[in-house]
Amino acid sequence: MFELLGIPPQALFGQLLLGLINGAFYAMLSLGLAIIFGLLNIINFTHGAQYMMGAFVAWMLLNYLGINYWWALLLVPIIVGAFGIVIERLLISRLYHLDHLYGLLLTFGLALIIQGLFRNYYGISGLPYSIPPQLAGGQNLGFMFLPNYRGWVVAASLVVCIGTWFVIEKTRLGAYLRAATENPTLVGAFGINVPRMITLTYGFGVGLAAFAGVLAAPIYSVNPNMGADLIIVVFAVVVIGGMGSILGAIVTGFGLGLVEGLTRVFYPEGSAVVIFVIMAIVLLIKPAGLFGRTA
Amino acid sequence: MTTVTETSSPILVQQSAGAMPRHHVLIFAGLLALSLAAPFFLYPIFLMKVLCFALFACAFNLLLGFGGLLSFGHAAYFGAASYISAHAAKVWGLSPELAILSGTAAATILGAAIGSLAIRRQGIYFAMVTLAFAQMVYFFSLQAPFTGGEDGIQNVPRGNLFGLFSLRSDFTLYFVVLAISFAGLLVIYRIIHSPFGQVLKAIRENEPRAVSLGYRVNRYKLAVFVLSAALAGLAGATKAIVFQLASLTDVHWSMSGEVVLMTLIGGMGTVFGPIVGAAIIVTMQNYLATFGAWVTVIQGVIFVIAVLLFREGVVGVIGKWIRKPL
Repeated sequence: MFELLGIPPQALFGQLLLGLINGAFYAMLSLGLAIIFGLLNIINFTHGAQYMMGAFVAWMLLNYLGINYWWALLLVPIIVGAFGIVIERLLISRLYHLDHLYGLLLTFGLALIIQGLFRNYYGISGLPYSIPPQLAGGQNLGFMFLPNYRGWVVAASLVVCIGTWFVIEKTRLGAYLRAATENPTLVGAFGINVPRMITLTYGFGVGLAAFAGVLAAPIYSVNPNMGADLIIVVFAVVVIGGMGSILGAIVTGFGLGLVEGLTRVFYPEGSAVVIFVIMAIVLLIKPAGLFGRTA
Repeated sequence: MTTVTETSSPILVQQSAGAMPRHHVLIFAGLLALSLAAPFFLYPIFLMKVLCFALFACAFNLLLGFGGLLSFGHAAYFGAASYISAHAAKVWGLSPELAILSGTAAATILGAAIGSLAIRRQGIYFAMVTLAFAQMVYFFSLQAPFTGGEDGIQNVPRGNLFGLFSLRSDFTLYFVVLAISFAGLLVIYRIIHSPFGQVLKAIRENEPRAVSLGYRVNRYKLAVFVLSAALAGLAGATKAIVFQLASLTDVHWSMSGEVVLMTLIGGMGTVFGPIVGAAIIVTMQNYLATFGAWVTVIQGVIFVIAVLLFREGVVGVIGKWIRKPL
């Protein structure tokens, strides 16, 4: 057994794994925020609430309808994404001609409503959601013990993130999307239905948050506040990375998760604030963000 | 982020520096008469809560309505000042006016530190940066040894004003709080109508143009940020003495949301709007307290309705009716 700077390797790698998992959630959520911001020009404050809804809908499907985890993974993003589309059509679309700030305020109000409703019906104690039997247990890697489910979360989020990156950067649909982000009027003039694309993009971003919520359900307990505090950290991640680049959002998300994990090993008191400290440093050195294009 | 008050701006910019217009004098006199009479009819603690939040919302509105900067983390200054003021009164044994001053000073320093970083980003990023830093202050308050964690600082002594007048009676304290918040309001009024305030409006309306005219925009932004943080701190510090309590509620992000809501409901960019907004929201919380957790939902609904249908706020709408800036 070797020791690293007086830290037993189990503890070190255990925290790094935890950091990687947090990073997976940061990456998925900041990716969704960045895609929505790119096309709609609003910061979706409801993102945390939609992530929480993802976890709750998975719990409801299991407990009320007996639908298992794997189906939930497919169905929940569709259900919550459809909910997002309704919200976009009914409410958010009325604000496009106004200052961005109104979008932030509207989605903040929506987040209060959704979180308040879930708190009223389900309390704040949290509901258990068990790990699917196929992913129970774990692997002994020699230097650490890797629970299967945690490995799955990291793998699944990597696949989803890279898949999203591929669709946006390498396909025709993604090209339309990027063009509409740059200049929606011109893209509309070429005969592409930009309003519908905006709606579907919002639905996709929300679906991504819901997918993250399902992945999170067995790890963290399912409770109405799970998204509220996370979303503020994700905002800091977005400020650090800058929203200009999809790959940048993914790298920043995972990277900051790891940094947070390392901090928990070496200076546990600082782990709650390390991302905010990094944000302050980035603002001092490179105000536009690590991957930001313009200030 | 150029125009926050997209429709109400035309009636705002025509206001020039100089003597107070007559209808403003009348409103100030009316407000003063109303608040001098109020404690004879209403519960003083409730009124002091309204006063503290009115000052808080006015301070916030100075930044958003006149500087065009949406800070989503104003709870940080309100809450930090409340903790320092409570600590100063309880542990250091300072008299209430000194405790309130220490709290305000702490908020000013915090505002200068966070403000100088936050003004490096604009628009939506500015809101996210301020929110993130406020969350950092929240985590600090949760863990710091002197804040009492989940319990907060309880049983803060109200003490004797200037070491002479006991503030134990709610009635006496009410007039002290009234003096503080009225003074704060007059300071804000003065700032808005000073040449400095006019430059702020110019920056809000068209930042590149203000830059091209030779104004050092960032200095103005930082100055208004610090002023706003200091006045929010004054409100928080006073609140700690009134309720004899500083707790995590004061620094939580939902408090930042509440002050945004008060300003929005009352009317962003109006002088008197935030006072009305604060009175509405505090009254609502008082009457809806029996509904428990539903208060959050109701606040959310008000937020959504206000953003979609009522962006000018109560006072903004009245100002349009009488065709005078309020």
